[in-house]
Amino acid sequence: MRTGTGAGRNFELEAASADAGALRRVAIDPVSRVEGHGKVTLLLDDKDQVQQVRLHIVEFRGFEKFIQGRPYWEVPVMVQRLCGICPVSHHLAAAKALDHVVGASRLTASAEKLRRLMHYGQILQSHALHFFHLSSPDLLFGFESEAGRRNIVGVAAAFPEVARQGVLLRKFGQEVIRLTAGKRVHGTGAIPGGVNRALSREDRDGLLADIGQIVGWSRDAVQLVKRLHAADPALYDVFGAFRSNILSLVGAAGALDFYDGQLRVRDADGGIFVDGFDAQNYHQLIREEVKAWSYMKFPFLLALGPEQGWYKVGPLARVQNCDFIPTPFAEVERREFIDYGQGKPVHAPLAYHWARMIELLHAAETIAELLHDDDLSGSDLITAGQRKREGIGVIEAPRGTLIHHYQVDDDDLVSSCNLIVSTTHNNQPMNEAIRRVARRYLNGRELTEGLLNHIEVAIRAFDPCLSCATHALGKMPLQLELQDAAGEVVGRLRSAS
Amino acid sequence: MSLPPVLILACGNPSRGDDALGPLLLERLQNWLDSAGLAAGFDLIGDFQLQIEHALDLVGRRLVLFIDAGEQSAAPFVFRQARAAAGRDLANPGTHALSPEAVLAVLARINHAAPPPAFVLCVRAECFALGAGLSPAASSHAECAFELLQALCRVAKLEAWMSQLT
Repeated sequence: MRTGTGAGRNFELEAASADAGALRRVAIDPVSRVEGHGKVTLLLDDKDQVQQVRLHIVEFRGFEKFIQGRPYWEVPVMVQRLCGICPVSHHLAAAKALDHVVGASRLTASAEKLRRLMHYGQILQSHALHFFHLSSPDLLFGFESEAGRRNIVGVAAAFPEVARQGVLLRKFGQEVIRLTAGKRVHGTGAIPGGVNRALSREDRDGLLADIGQIVGWSRDAVQLVKRLHAADPALYDVFGAFRSNILSLVGAAGALDFYDGQLRVRDADGGIFVDGFDAQNYHQLIREEVKAWSYMKFPFLLALGPEQGWYKVGPLARVQNCDFIPTPFAEVERREFIDYGQGKPVHAPLAYHWARMIELLHAAETIAELLHDDDLSGSDLITAGQRKREGIGVIEAPRGTLIHHYQVDDDDLVSSCNLIVSTTHNNQPMNEAIRRVARRYLNGRELTEGLLNHIEVAIRAFDPCLSCATHALGKMPLQLELQDAAGEVVGRLRSAS
Repeated sequence: MSLPPVLILACGNPSRGDDALGPLLLERLQNWLDSAGLAAGFDLIGDFQLQIEHALDLVGRRLVLFIDAGEQSAAPFVFRQARAAAGRDLANPGTHALSPEAVLAVLARINHAAPPPAFVLCVRAECFALGAGLSPAASSHAECAFELLQALCRVAKLEAWMSQLT
């Protein structure tokens, strides 16, 4: 480990200056089209200059208490209730952690490949949902286009084939999950020490019948996002852009790997700062800082400290952190993406979408390869060894690095649980992005729904999953209130039905 | 094999208090349908949230029912017809999830056909705390809702369902 350039101290607009005078507060509460409960607060002075911008995300930590006292074998199923969008990532991260508890230091070939198939199905469906359903409306219609059109139905009306492919890509990924996990939700496929089901040849043949089309549509999706970049590079290259370190797992020989690997960190200039770091020792690499104004912690690299050690995770980090992608079409696209950066890492948040579609393509290609592997229908599915009291599982979830850490007592009950989810890793980066956007687009202007949507576009680029999976009808109206310095509501810019 | 003509889609997170109303009602309904010998006519699907691919589950159905918890809805439940949404009704979905109306609209757009008649059973919820069970009020509402579900399943016809609208 060496001292890296890091991102430098760059927390401007985290706190308003003490001499900023009377300020008014704007809250976007909750942020739309991200999961769970999020809120953005802006403090504006009397000249409408932005003095403070903060993204608040709540409700992560409660789940760790919820898990304590549960039998460890229940955990891979229970943790799926963390998130309605990426339950499989939590399912697998927990199973990986508990592999260590049951002494399964190395899974059977069938078990690992079945888990990989499940996970790459998860990546496929999640990336498809995010791009086609959540982000393509902004990208295809414009950030300030009519709000009533910026949704998947608007996309379906204007670009019916794009919308149809998005739905069917998502459906295919869900089908991979169903066949490997046993159910569409609350699957039980991964268990400590392996898996509890193989893929039948009939199910495999069913997936094989469609995978060629899925790879083709995934290639089209990469071309679509490239066209969007090419059409307006002045926007895509600079919108919310900031420099930071990047972190992800990297697989064998430097390959992009979503399921397993060792941790690698690059600095903001692309130099390798940490490499080959055993993910089991993550706590020697990462610390979490608490800030009084946020429920969510701020992870940083211990060697660099909180001011320089924060980092991005997720597709933009992974695609630039690896040395190659081990599937042919995605590797061609990775090289073009790297070339686009002209020797430097691409830091623009909107480039997350480009990287995400490269990963979508890689996931589809990997599924195609795995489906031809006879180990998927093998019968040697579980292994075990010497029982341990602690287990750490690290996986690359759709939104980035996901860490599950458990301690299990002699009664097989979980005595402690620590989760660092992808959105937590990206806490500081998302705050940085919205501060750049607020300063560039909001300063001195009357706030409109379209302008405020710029903030949400920046957040959505990271695809945050705010964890709660609660969604009841009427539960999450989007409200935006203008308050004066005394906290009085002086206006509402919009509210949902 | 032909699809069961009636699809019942329930949403909710079983670990979040009254958000479990949907999955609990679905489980209870499945047991009752099995015991009443009616199961063959119904396809029951549970999920955390409604998503875009659920539109495809609606294809080929004669009737569709969405069950969900509602925080600010009337007690004990609201039973209403759902129609494909458009324009501003879709402006602020709020989460990754879709509303029933949005699912119908997605189907209409990608399938180029009118969606089947669809209804929403929205059961009043009070508490969504992580790890909590059903609140007493929600349990009471669920009893009322289950009586309605039994009636809907005994006569699974559009006219009969329309007569039950609240």
